[in-house]
Amino acid sequence: MQKTNDPHELAEKAKIIRRHIVEMIGAAKSGHPGGSLSAVEILVTLYWDVMRHDPAHPKWPQRDRFILSKGHAAPVLYAVMAECGYCPVDELMTLRKMGSIYQGHPDVRFLPALEASTGSLGEGLSLALGMGSGLKLDGFDSRVYVMIGDGESQEGQIWEAAMYGAYHKVDNVCCIVDYNKIQLDGFVKDILDVAPVAEKWRAFGWHTLEIDGHDLGAVQAAFAEAAATKGQPTCIVANTIKGKGVSFMENNPKFHGVAPTPQEVELALKELA
Amino acid sequence: MALTTNYELKLGAATREAFGRALVEVARENPNVVGCDADLSKSTMMTYFAKEFPTRFFECGIAEANMVALGAGLAMTGKIPFVSSFSCFVMNKGFEQLRTTVAYPRVNVKVVGTHSGISIGEDGPSQMSIEDLALACALPGFTVISPADEVATRATVRWAAEHFGGVFIRCGRAKVPVIYAADAKIEIGKANLLLPGRDVTLVAHGLMVAECLRAAAALDAEGISARVLDVHTLKPLDEEILAAAARETGALVVAEEHLVDSGLGARVAQALARRAPAPVEFIGLETYAESGTPEGVPAKYGLTSQNVVAAARRAMARKAS
Repeated sequence: MQKTNDPHELAEKAKIIRRHIVEMIGAAKSGHPGGSLSAVEILVTLYWDVMRHDPAHPKWPQRDRFILSKGHAAPVLYAVMAECGYCPVDELMTLRKMGSIYQGHPDVRFLPALEASTGSLGEGLSLALGMGSGLKLDGFDSRVYVMIGDGESQEGQIWEAAMYGAYHKVDNVCCIVDYNKIQLDGFVKDILDVAPVAEKWRAFGWHTLEIDGHDLGAVQAAFAEAAATKGQPTCIVANTIKGKGVSFMENNPKFHGVAPTPQEVELALKELA
Repeated sequence: MALTTNYELKLGAATREAFGRALVEVARENPNVVGCDADLSKSTMMTYFAKEFPTRFFECGIAEANMVALGAGLAMTGKIPFVSSFSCFVMNKGFEQLRTTVAYPRVNVKVVGTHSGISIGEDGPSQMSIEDLALACALPGFTVISPADEVATRATVRWAAEHFGGVFIRCGRAKVPVIYAADAKIEIGKANLLLPGRDVTLVAHGLMVAECLRAAAALDAEGISARVLDVHTLKPLDEEILAAAARETGALVVAEEHLVDSGLGARVAQALARRAPAPVEFIGLETYAESGTPEGVPAKYGLTSQNVVAAARRAMARKAS
C-alpha cells in the first residue's frame, strides 16, 4: 500500500471511507453509522500515515496494532482495512450477511487480519495493554493503538485498565476516545455523563491530549506527540461529531444504531461526492 | 487397570501449592510463560513465579476483568499467560472477558482458580467457589480440569503450558491426600481408574476423589465391589470410560465439591443418557455454605465418604433387575 502524510490525500481517503460506510450499512439495513463516521479521520491517519504495518504480512510480529474497542463501528475499520489491501473492497457490501468476513462486530475467526474480536464494550484497552506488555517483553518498539467510545467509558473495566496502564508505564499504548457525545439511548450527558473526560485520564496518570478529531493536522500531531511520550501511556481525547460528513446524521442520536434508508443513502452519497 | 489397590491417603501439598511450584518449573523451560494475578499471588502461590520471573509477572491489582483481558492481549503476542486468582473472583468477575476475549476468538489463556469449593473454610461463602466449573464448562473450546492432588496438578500445569487453547485449572486451598505416585500417568481428557470394581462406580474430581476411595474401602468391607474413577478432566469428558463403567457396574455415584446441578454430575448424566443409561446418584452442594474449618464445612454440607456409601447403596438398589 502507498502511505501518505499529505492532509489532502488523507482527506480524499476519508471521503472514500465515508462513502463505503454509508453504502455498506445501507445495504446491510442495520448497523451503526454515527460512530463509524465520527472515527474516520483518526483511522485514516493511523492506517495511511502513522502505523507501521504491511497488509501483505498481516501477522508481522513487529507491526503496530490497532484495536477497535468500540466494535460497533466495525464498518469504518472494514472500509479502511479493505482500502489498505487487507481484505476485498468488493465484499464490503456483504456486511452483516451470513458467512461474510465482515461480521456485525469485528470477528477474528472470519477476518484473521483483525487484531481482536470486539463488540462487548470495555475490553479493548485491556487487550491493548496486554499486547503492549507482550511487545515490550519481546524487545519490540511496536506501538498499540486502541479506540474506545465515550459511552464505552461508562464501563468499569476501562478504568481498571486506565489505572493499570499508567501505573505500569505501558507507554507503547495510545488510547483514543472517540468523544462524539452520543450513545444509543441519547446524548451521553443525558444517560450517564462521562465529562470531564480529559481530566479523568490525567487524574489516572495518562499523558492526555484534547484535539478536534476531524482536523487531520491535529490528529497527526497528536499521534506524533504520543509516540514521543515515554514513561506514560497517552490518551487522545478526540472531540468528534457523531455522523460526521452526512448533514442529517450529524449530532443525531437516531443514527447511532439505525441504518439509512435507500433514499437516505442516495442523499448522503451526494453530500460525500 | 487400577494403578494400585492400596491408597494410604497421606496428606500432601495443597493443589494451589503444587500449581505454584509447577508454574516455576514450566516457566524455566519456556520463556513465553507469563503470569497475571490480582493481588492474591501469596495465596494462589503464583508468588513463587513472581519472585523468580519479575519481568514476566503482571500484578493487576484487584481488577479481575482487566486481568483476564490483559492476559488475552499477552497471548495475542505469543505469550502463554497463566491468569490466577481465587476461583470465585476470576471466574465470576472475569467471566465475560473469558467469553469474549478468550473463548470466542480462541485465545491461548490458562486460568487457574484457587480456593475453589467450600473447603477454604473460615473465610466463608463470598470467597467460596461452587459455580466455577459450570462457568468454565460453558466456554466452548475450553479444557476444564480439577486435579485431586499435587501429582495431578503438576501434570495438569505442564500439559496446559504445552496445549494451545483456553484451559481452566481448579485448585484448592487446603492440603489434600496424595492419590498418585510421583510417576503416575495423568492424561488430560482421560479419566484415571483408581480402583477396579463390579457392583457400582464412584466418580469424582478434586477433593472428593479421596472420599470416594474411603467409601470404596467401606463398601468393600460390606462385600460390595466399587470401581473408582478420578474424572479430573470435566471437559472434554472421557465418555468411553464412563459408558463402560455404566455397562459393567450398572450404577454410579458422582461426588463433587461444586453445585450438584451444574458440575461433573450433570455432564456425566448427559453423557450416559446418550451412551449407556444407568441409575446415577449425585453428591454435591445444593447452595452456599458457611464459615468453619476446612474439614468441618465440607462434612456439614454432605461431602463425606459416608454419604457416598449411602448414595452407592441407593444407586445399586435402582439397578434394573
